[in-house]
Amino acid sequence: MKNEFDIFPKEETINRRKFDVYELRKDFPILSRLVNGKPLVYLDNAATTQKPSSVIENIKHYYTFENANIHRGLHFLSELATESYESARLKVKEFINAMSASEIIFVRGATEGINLIANTMCRANILKEGDEIIISHMEHHANIVPWQLLCERKDIKLKVIPITDDGELDLDEFKKLISEKTKLVSVVHISNSLGTINPVKEIVKIAHSYNIPVLLDGAQAAPHVKIDVQKLDCDFYVFSGHKMFGPTGIGILYGKTNLMNELPPYQGGGDMIRTVTFEKTTFDDLPHKFEAGTPNISGGIGLGTAIDYINQYDRLELTKHEDKLLEYATEKLLEIEGLKIIGKAKNKASVVSFVIDGIHPYDIGTLMDTYGIAIRTGHHCTQPIMQRYNLPATARASFAFYNTFDEVDKLAEGLLKVKKMFQ
Amino acid sequence: MTIKEAQEKLIKEFNEYMDWEDKYAAIIKMGKEMPPFPEEYRIEKNKIHGCQSQVWMNARLDGDKVIIEAESDAMIVKGLIAMLIKVYSNQSPKEILNNPPDFVKQIGIDSHLSPTRKNGLGAMLKQIQMYALAFSTILK
Repeated sequence: MKNEFDIFPKEETINRRKFDVYELRKDFPILSRLVNGKPLVYLDNAATTQKPSSVIENIKHYYTFENANIHRGLHFLSELATESYESARLKVKEFINAMSASEIIFVRGATEGINLIANTMCRANILKEGDEIIISHMEHHANIVPWQLLCERKDIKLKVIPITDDGELDLDEFKKLISEKTKLVSVVHISNSLGTINPVKEIVKIAHSYNIPVLLDGAQAAPHVKIDVQKLDCDFYVFSGHKMFGPTGIGILYGKTNLMNELPPYQGGGDMIRTVTFEKTTFDDLPHKFEAGTPNISGGIGLGTAIDYINQYDRLELTKHEDKLLEYATEKLLEIEGLKIIGKAKNKASVVSFVIDGIHPYDIGTLMDTYGIAIRTGHHCTQPIMQRYNLPATARASFAFYNTFDEVDKLAEGLLKVKKMFQ
Repeated sequence: MTIKEAQEKLIKEFNEYMDWEDKYAAIIKMGKEMPPFPEEYRIEKNKIHGCQSQVWMNARLDGDKVIIEAESDAMIVKGLIAMLIKVYSNQSPKEILNNPPDFVKQIGIDSHLSPTRKNGLGAMLKQIQMYALAFSTILK
């Protein structure tokens, strides 16, 4: 029965677009191009995703009809641009279910989000000499190096949660790492090289029981799973637009209001101040305090459009399709003799890292490219994982909701051809 | 064989291949046929740091000729190394410095030597020229 106080339609009453992968693919113009004379099979989505026409068109629309600097102009275009940019912030707020739009900071990407927190926590003296930060063994370099740079500046210790052979975090070891010196836990939500979906809610709960804030690196999670920062109860959450069908150069840092208020500005410049005199400057409120200078306006608008695109669909349907792709790909790849999958977590996103006996990933990637198949090879910016498994590199196929079972077949066929070339 | 002749020979050979699969099959074959890399040269000093594949290279002077030996853990990179060696090893430093690797572009393997590939090959080519320059001053 419809409740008269229901102003907003409930999730299930929204008219969603039916998921049909072949229909959906038509929205992504690049997917119909040829590479080396063959239809492109794009399986490097963990590196970056392709963009739907709506995102491409909306960026063009912005520059064609709305371009102006935001927040300061009184003229028509400035207000229009401001409205488009700020409505994108609202879309992000809804997308991750933040409490308020002021908790959404536009940054260049997940990397900048982490650097912002690292730097400002250090300057606010929340991180002091002798303090400890806990990260995990499966972090992207973006969640290792910013902390190491801090460690060099102040005597801060980095502690690392070990991973099991299957590529899961060892939570018992995590608990043992916590001490009264621990000032922050910063872990990845979904691993870009192993695909592991970490039990981040549990990690937050454990850390919070010791009053330790938690930063989650959601760069891989944003395109795959529904994010609810209030349910997760994390203190900071970062992700990148380009990994979720939006443009490059734009990303999000979510931070709880009380914590963000404690942090000083990251960079100084225009748009982040209240009053400036040569004696003293006072800063604007959240989120503007952290957004110095003219931002990536078209990027923000493009990210908002990418969110609109995802929201046309029932998120669960998209995830289900990706899960089936993962299951099918795992099955097909394991049929190949000498192929070993790296990362066998029970809870896994659509990322498959693998090695083949006697064939270097560089050779696999180079030959697959000649078949029009784009996969990633290398250390995937996670060198400690490679060291953990004693590998120089892996090959990685990562799927988005626009990939098909047919493409998984092509991946497997391609790998068999590669194997044949080395016999 | 001069560097020029060696380059022309490679270009002629590769022109016969119709597609990339054949080209890579030939490159892989060259990699497999390369003489084993002397173990004493597999040291940190000789390592050329690449992102994906590892490359080791040693150059020494034998009379007035530069002898280049190299190795990689990736077979295609090893095949490309074999081509560089065919062209530049056992040549005088002056010859090396006077003959840029034109064959790379003509065969179409230049993308492998671009810095974005991060396979150490581009760095190896530079290293060959550096050695040649150093040896040419020794010989003067």
